[in-house]
Amino acid sequence: MPTSPTHQTLSVLVENRSGVLARISGMFARRGFNIISLAVAPSDDERFSRINIVIDVEETSVEQITKQLFKLVHVVKITELHPSEAVERELLMATVAAGADERGRVIEVVGIFEGKIVDVGSAQLTVMLAGEPDRLDDFEDLMRPYGIVELQRTGRVALPKLDRQAAPRLRATGKAS
Amino acid sequence: MKLTGAQALIKSLEMESVEVIFGLPGGAILPAYDPLLDSPIRHILVRHEQGAGHMAEGYAHVTGRPGVAMVTSGPAATNMVTPLCDAYMDSVPMVAITGQVSRPAIGTDGFQECDTVGITRSVTKHNELVMDAADIPLLVRQAFRLATTGRPGPVLLDLPKDVLQAEADWAWPTDGEVTASLPGYRPTTKGHPRMIKEAARLISGARRPVIYAGGGILKSRAAEALRQLAERTGTPVVTTLTARGAFPDDHPLGLGMPGMHGNYTAITAMQQADLLIALGARFDDRVTGRVSSFAPEAKIVHVDIDPAELGKIRRPDVPIVGDCRLVISEIVRALAGMEQVDRSEWRSRISGWQERFPLHYDPPDPGGPLKPQYVMEVLRDSAPEGTVLVSGVGQHQMWASQYWRFTEPYTWVSSGGLGTMGFSVPAAIGAKVGRPDRTVWAVDGDGCFQMTAQELVTASSERIPVKVAILNNAYLGMVRQWQEMFYEERYSEVYLSPDLPDYVKWAEAMGCVAFRVEDPDEVQPIIEKANAIDDRPVVIDFRTDAQEKVFPMVPAGYSNDDVVVHPSQKPGGEKVVQ
Ligand SMILES: Cc1ncc(C[n+]2csc(CCOP(=O)(O)OP(=O)(O)O)c2C)c(N)n1
Ligand SMILES: [Mg+2]
Repeated sequence: MPTSPTHQTLSVLVENRSGVLARISGMFARRGFNIISLAVAPSDDERFSRINIVIDVEETSVEQITKQLFKLVHVVKITELHPSEAVERELLMATVAAGADERGRVIEVVGIFEGKIVDVGSAQLTVMLAGEPDRLDDFEDLMRPYGIVELQRTGRVALPKLDRQAAPRLRATGKAS
Repeated sequence: MKLTGAQALIKSLEMESVEVIFGLPGGAILPAYDPLLDSPIRHILVRHEQGAGHMAEGYAHVTGRPGVAMVTSGPAATNMVTPLCDAYMDSVPMVAITGQVSRPAIGTDGFQECDTVGITRSVTKHNELVMDAADIPLLVRQAFRLATTGRPGPVLLDLPKDVLQAEADWAWPTDGEVTASLPGYRPTTKGHPRMIKEAARLISGARRPVIYAGGGILKSRAAEALRQLAERTGTPVVTTLTARGAFPDDHPLGLGMPGMHGNYTAITAMQQADLLIALGARFDDRVTGRVSSFAPEAKIVHVDIDPAELGKIRRPDVPIVGDCRLVISEIVRALAGMEQVDRSEWRSRISGWQERFPLHYDPPDPGGPLKPQYVMEVLRDSAPEGTVLVSGVGQHQMWASQYWRFTEPYTWVSSGGLGTMGFSVPAAIGAKVGRPDRTVWAVDGDGCFQMTAQELVTASSERIPVKVAILNNAYLGMVRQWQEMFYEERYSEVYLSPDLPDYVKWAEAMGCVAFRVEDPDEVQPIIEKANAIDDRPVVIDFRTDAQEKVFPMVPAGYSNDDVVVHPSQKPGGEKVVQ
């Protein structure tokens, strides 16, 4: 992992309200902040959703982005996950052109990466791989020569690395009363 | 008890102690206008919805209470966008209520449908589309809570017609329920004790401190605390355009307005300070000039209720998130017993600038046109005690701010952050509604006046006796000034004509008393006549010198070291360019 990362993940707990994603993306657009990827999912409490936003921290400070996000009334809690303090994963699915000649080699690479074949056609395979985003990049590079017909990546999700000695190294900015 | 959504809305507004709504009805909001007939709330029928928004702002500026505007869907809601943005930029507490097409029609491009919450999302502190009549009391309470606490701002509620018509049980939520319903909203008001101590330490040790007071002082009602801090420490105070009145201009420590058209002393004192105590100010580009060369030697203590302002433009040495009034009082307390360094050299340097670079304008040529600054001086000197001054946007706004002598908070209403032409007439009406006991003068430009003058019809019919002084220079004067100075006098689309429209006839047609003044000797008597009129609006068309420019000036993008002073003050001036 690079020493001074150009990205950082914000794990944002938001009220589960219509328009909340538009509020967030609108704020990023208006203030010229860059989103690298974004993933939304329900949280374990149905009143809230969790949004994972990977932000570009080369241009803008994490601090300013976090503070502006926090001003949105529906944002309840933000946890900053520095790449060195987080476990990050992403899911990739790709349909790869793999005729009879190439099929074996594609399957072999998928095997090495511990991916899965999830669909098989006469001249194509759909493969799936979950892992660290860098590994997904490598996998994508290796698949490209065969011909990627379609590709989808989820954007990364992250959780803080667990500390085996003390409390988790969470930098949460909560609006607790 | 069951109420319709419309009844619940009006009752909720009554519960929030709303005394006046500025608005204009239409199809989608129609249901809400029926229970309004039976309500003690006064409604002021505007002639354009933008007027309703600025009136609500003017009302909020002078009273500190949230202004309320209510309009219908579609074009009425879009007419509200400018005042919402204006209120957002200047942190003015305001609640806007818009009608919306009925729920089943939402998303179908129904008649007068527009995505009001989508359009206004970036110009409101918060907005909500109300989808259930039972939610109305809670959402109204939330709206007032959000508009008035933390960093104040506009909040919009969008109400579909069928939600207004539906019946629901009435229940007024408690404070605790409102808090619980906003889990993501917990503004910090008390400053961090360690930071407060650190601020006090820096303030006592500074040789060249300046208090940079912004609009947040007024929002947090901290003028008295500010005065204590300044007097206790002998620190001079600049008041930004949005903070005029937060510190008395006639106080020995008052330096007046800094910024692009601030006075030389205020700009230069900040520039040479070793400590800037920024209180409820946001380092706006109109104040800082080129940021990289702004106050280069100054350490920064920055107090603001909005954490995002700390470090947004300039990194503070001591950041304090909190309410200005509470934090300043804590700082004053922390100063007790701390010894202060001698600042007599700093004070004499400052008075040297004040003597050398006072505000200045050339006297008029005999028989020549009126000088706008002269009109401002006479208006100021003839104004009854406690007069509220409102301005449009342009040269006249700067002269109004420069030449008035503010001695009391909440006596200045102006559009700072957005710089909205057309602000003054409706804002003055709102201010007069909020403070009927005060004389309210709007100083307007001829260009600005033409944007919202129709609200004088509202003022006449509602018997709101505001006074308007048009500094009629026949130009979009501020733009003309830039074209003269930076575009080699190539005047492009800035001429307006002094006579078209005929402002006197127009004002009279709108039910106002109107005067025209061209002769310097008439300025005083006509202003006095206007001051004596108390039963209807007055408009004075002052024919002013089109050539006059606002000085001093820091051209956009320049450093505050490069103040362009009045040409007569140039020779021998230190650090004066051009
Ligand atoms: C709604 C709007 N449109 C355009 C501008 C740009 N603008 C700033 S000042 C100004 C000229 C204002 O003219 P006038 O009201 O006559 O005032 P003066 O500068 O002549 O005193 C203009 C066009 C603005 N601030 N607001
Ligand atoms: Mg003009």
